[in-house]
Amino acid sequence: MSDIKNIRDQFISKLNNNLSIDEINNIKTELFGKNGLISLQFKNISSIVEDDRKKFASDLNKIKDELQNLIIDKINKIELTKINEKLEKEKTDVTLPERSFVRGKIHPVSQTIDEISSIFSEIGFSVEEGPDVENEYNNFTALNTPDNHPARDMHDTFYLDETKETLLRTHTSPVQIRTMLKDKPPFKIIAPGRTYRSDSDQTHAPMFHQVEGLCIDKDINMGHLKGCLNYFIKEFFEVEKIKMRFRPSHFPFTEPSAEVDIGYEIKDGKIIIGEGNQWLEILGCGMVHPNVLKNVKVDPSKFQGYAFGIGIDRLAMLKYGINDLRSFFDCDYRWLNHFGFDPLDVPTNYRGLSR
Amino acid sequence: MKITFDWLKDHLNTNLKEEKLLEQLTNVGLEVESIENLSSGLDLFKVAKIIKTEKHPNADRLKVCDVDIGEIELKKVVCGAPNAKEGLITIYAPPGAIVPKSKVKLVVTKIRNVTSYGMLCSESELNLSDESEGIIELKTSKYQKSIGKSYFSKSNSNLIDLSITPNRPDCLGVRGIARDLAAAGFGKMKDIKQKKINSKTKQSIKVKINKEKGQGCLSFGSCLIANVKNTESPKWLKDKLVSIGQKPISAIVDITNYVMLDINRPLHAYDADKIDRGITVRNSKYGEEFTALDNKNYKLDEGMCVISDNKGVLGLGGIIGGTRSGTEFNTKNILLESAYFDPRSIRSTSKKLNLDTDAKFRFERGIDPLSIESGLNKAALLIKEICGGEISKIDIQKIETYKIKIIKFDPNLFKKITGFKISNKEMLKILEDLGFKIKKENKYLKLTIPSWRPDISQEIDIIEELVRISGYDKIKTIDPIKERTKSTLTKFQKLFHFLQRAIASKGYLEAITWSFTDSNYNDHFRGTNKEIKIVNPISSELGVLRNSIFSNLIMYMNKNLDRGFKDLSIFEIGPIFTGSNPGEQNIVVCGLSAGKKSRLSWIDEERNVDVFDAKKDVIQTLIEAGFNSDKFFIDSETPNYYHPGKSGRLFLNRGKEQVAAYFGEIHPNILKKIDIKSESIVGFEIFLDNLKLPNKTLNNQKTKFTFSDYQKSERDFAFIVNKDVNAQELINAISSVDQNLISNIKVFDVYEGENIPENQKSIAISVTIQSQEKTLNDSDLDNINNLIIKTVENKTGAKIRS
Repeated sequence: MSDIKNIRDQFISKLNNNLSIDEINNIKTELFGKNGLISLQFKNISSIVEDDRKKFASDLNKIKDELQNLIIDKINKIELTKINEKLEKEKTDVTLPERSFVRGKIHPVSQTIDEISSIFSEIGFSVEEGPDVENEYNNFTALNTPDNHPARDMHDTFYLDETKETLLRTHTSPVQIRTMLKDKPPFKIIAPGRTYRSDSDQTHAPMFHQVEGLCIDKDINMGHLKGCLNYFIKEFFEVEKIKMRFRPSHFPFTEPSAEVDIGYEIKDGKIIIGEGNQWLEILGCGMVHPNVLKNVKVDPSKFQGYAFGIGIDRLAMLKYGINDLRSFFDCDYRWLNHFGFDPLDVPTNYRGLSR
Repeated sequence: MKITFDWLKDHLNTNLKEEKLLEQLTNVGLEVESIENLSSGLDLFKVAKIIKTEKHPNADRLKVCDVDIGEIELKKVVCGAPNAKEGLITIYAPPGAIVPKSKVKLVVTKIRNVTSYGMLCSESELNLSDESEGIIELKTSKYQKSIGKSYFSKSNSNLIDLSITPNRPDCLGVRGIARDLAAAGFGKMKDIKQKKINSKTKQSIKVKINKEKGQGCLSFGSCLIANVKNTESPKWLKDKLVSIGQKPISAIVDITNYVMLDINRPLHAYDADKIDRGITVRNSKYGEEFTALDNKNYKLDEGMCVISDNKGVLGLGGIIGGTRSGTEFNTKNILLESAYFDPRSIRSTSKKLNLDTDAKFRFERGIDPLSIESGLNKAALLIKEICGGEISKIDIQKIETYKIKIIKFDPNLFKKITGFKISNKEMLKILEDLGFKIKKENKYLKLTIPSWRPDISQEIDIIEELVRISGYDKIKTIDPIKERTKSTLTKFQKLFHFLQRAIASKGYLEAITWSFTDSNYNDHFRGTNKEIKIVNPISSELGVLRNSIFSNLIMYMNKNLDRGFKDLSIFEIGPIFTGSNPGEQNIVVCGLSAGKKSRLSWIDEERNVDVFDAKKDVIQTLIEAGFNSDKFFIDSETPNYYHPGKSGRLFLNRGKEQVAAYFGEIHPNILKKIDIKSESIVGFEIFLDNLKLPNKTLNNQKTKFTFSDYQKSERDFAFIVNKDVNAQELINAISSVDQNLISNIKVFDVYEGENIPENQKSIAISVTIQSQEKTLNDSDLDNINNLIIKTVENKTGAKIRS
């Protein structure tokens, strides 16, 4: 017993000195190595007289734990001190700039198209597309706008050949024609895309964006049209209520036709949509003209429905307070950065259009 | 179409106030575009008398006039008019008045050091006529007593500008507008009994319409008014025209204009004495010429509808008259024309000649063919009243008789289209008010369409009339059902949106540029495509459809660099064009980066953007979009607008079917030509139409999850190869050794120079080796090491570096 007590006392006092990690590790080996002092004592247990053996083993275990804990403790303390010393030296000026990063942006027109698609998706519209270069038939004639029709004057058209057979589409309506020729009714589509007219000034660009809507089924009437657009406008502008006015108008490819105005007012230089006494025209629509249905081999006595066309750039300007249409296409880095959207801000049904 | 409330009341009895009525116009489809108060401020313009004129001390052509405006004090006005003289009675505008023509507000101003209080006005400045030579000279006898009084009679009427849709020619006359309002219940049409010409004299000028192919004149009515004295119009008529912004010219011209505006009946007055032996309405011959009333000479094509006499063309029927037979103040005998011209003929002629007139605008939309006589009656009687003379009988020549149109209308259709119901009684009232004649026939209505409504030809047109007049606000709002039976986007559209946002997420700003471009820019990036010209571009800089998005993108990049931005990335996703037929276009994502990475960084080393930045963006994007990078194949064949040595081409697989993307530096020659100043310009193009869509959905992309827990080891190799050997060849060789054991291959160094023979380079590659079945022992690893070395050496001519 005195042996192991001696070992204990001796090493406790040794360990209480100021030791380095290496020195402590040496002591550890001295005690618990293959031939360490404590290890040898354990080998001795069997040679102790039976009466004393139990107590000896118990004492030995106690001493072993005590010494081991002390060693671990010591090592931890030294390591901790070391870390603390290191931390003292490792002070960085975190106010220095972070590593540079660049942010990409999505163009407001693209964002608006995604918003529009998301809204119409929820009420069952799917997205169709058509080519930018169209033939005269799809762009005009099939849409009940024959060559001699004065309504053609409202579309200043870019032509690609002298015979005026091919042109840049002046509206997205030819997608109606393509869609209906390709499939069988019912139809429920929107068609966003680029459109072109040869006028150019502050409020007109030679290229702009439209979204066409078409809903053809057996029993679609003007009430559905009104409901659909009312829903769209409310969702798009993210308002509870919207002041909206349908007024009669004329488009060759719809009858009856309507233009839709929304109420607005200017408050502190900013346009507020949905209230006020001013009216702003935002889209044209109507019931698809029976002549158009006949042109695409849909029987107007069985099927009817509505179509609409909305200026996307205009909507984006209203929603996001952009004043100048031309700036959309000027590619000014500052403008793109200011009005662009983070690519992670994907408009969806479940998370809403905006944050 | 400009109207005033007062004029409207010539045809409509109504209790409604102007403001209310304006609303209703819009509600029935006659959109009020603008309201302008013309007379506001006009009372400031006063009759005034010049008392004294003196030469301006500092200007030879100016006079300083003392003007009596009915106040105690005379006003000093500086005036440049040569006819300003003492005793002249004219019109004075004080400071604060707004000049009707220029809309300039007058202020007290110093003209060459002499202060001028107001202005003396010319007729042109007051929009009274085009006369701008000198100031107005009012008749002393008439205005002597009016000095100081307002020249214009007071009118509170607003000028209302309506946007009339092309289907409604009837509303290009005030009466037509009144009819719509009456039908909508906002008043009652005045029943105007037009007096008829009561004459025994025959119209003595012979009129003949040639029956020839494409004859544009279907009917020609005329009457002769002899011994007139053309004069200034009476005040009521002048006021009327001025009230809607028109200039009075002479009584005869004013009357024809008035009838046109009032009932949309265009007329033309000829000086009958200038017509040589009768009128022939015929097709023009090629090369015929005449001088029109706009003082321009027109050379005609074959087959245009002309009114001619023995000497040649007098005018273009329904479009414009000629100077040869125009009426003047001394005209004595008038032939008044009231005709019907085919809209298509009018349109094609005016298009060819690029000629737009008020008459053309009306005829091409369709004039009431039955208004020929009433127009002549109304105008001739007015001329007689104002200018005197004797009217002949009306002569009407025609080659076609107007056929009344009848529609069989099913009233039930109304609810089917509009979703709401109106009573039969209401329906009948609306239609009657609009001028339809109705006969009931079982459940149908047999409707005779008014002759002034060329736009109505089928049942749906009737429904439009009914719903328009009863009011769009009656249409119920049926909320849409939130139900989707078809997916919103196709796979291709999803890919479009994915790539768009994937590129943006790599630091690119999305731009949208025109689909057309400058041919000079386009030529740089046209490659082997043919140029697609726009026949009528808005400017030569936007003259061709783009063959590549680079043309626009690099132009705008340059503009941004000029703005002082150095490091930026922009991209566009959109069409490029390969031909001028519908569908000959492809969707491309095109990106462009300029400048440096980590410019002026305190922590990272700055460097130019390079081909590997572009390559990274392309590859990362494609991988994110679901394409398998293991199969990508890259070589260095690129179009000539890329740097030949620093650009690459990517295929989705080794089959090299269609190019998925190009990436690389833009050719330095192009950068030089367009004078772009940047350390580096790199770009890429991803061709959406060439990407074989990943046909796996997200859920079946996730195959069974397997992994190996056995120890992996990394071995590094350095090979020396000829410079023209691509790294990809080495990688391919290594991966061919044992796909089950080699789990990753990474090039971590490329070195040329010291210690390496000329024309050779060293490529260092780290290979990760791991088995799915066991922990590899040393001899397994040695085997595979040797195999790797042997294979690479055999396949690429490389030597392992010892």
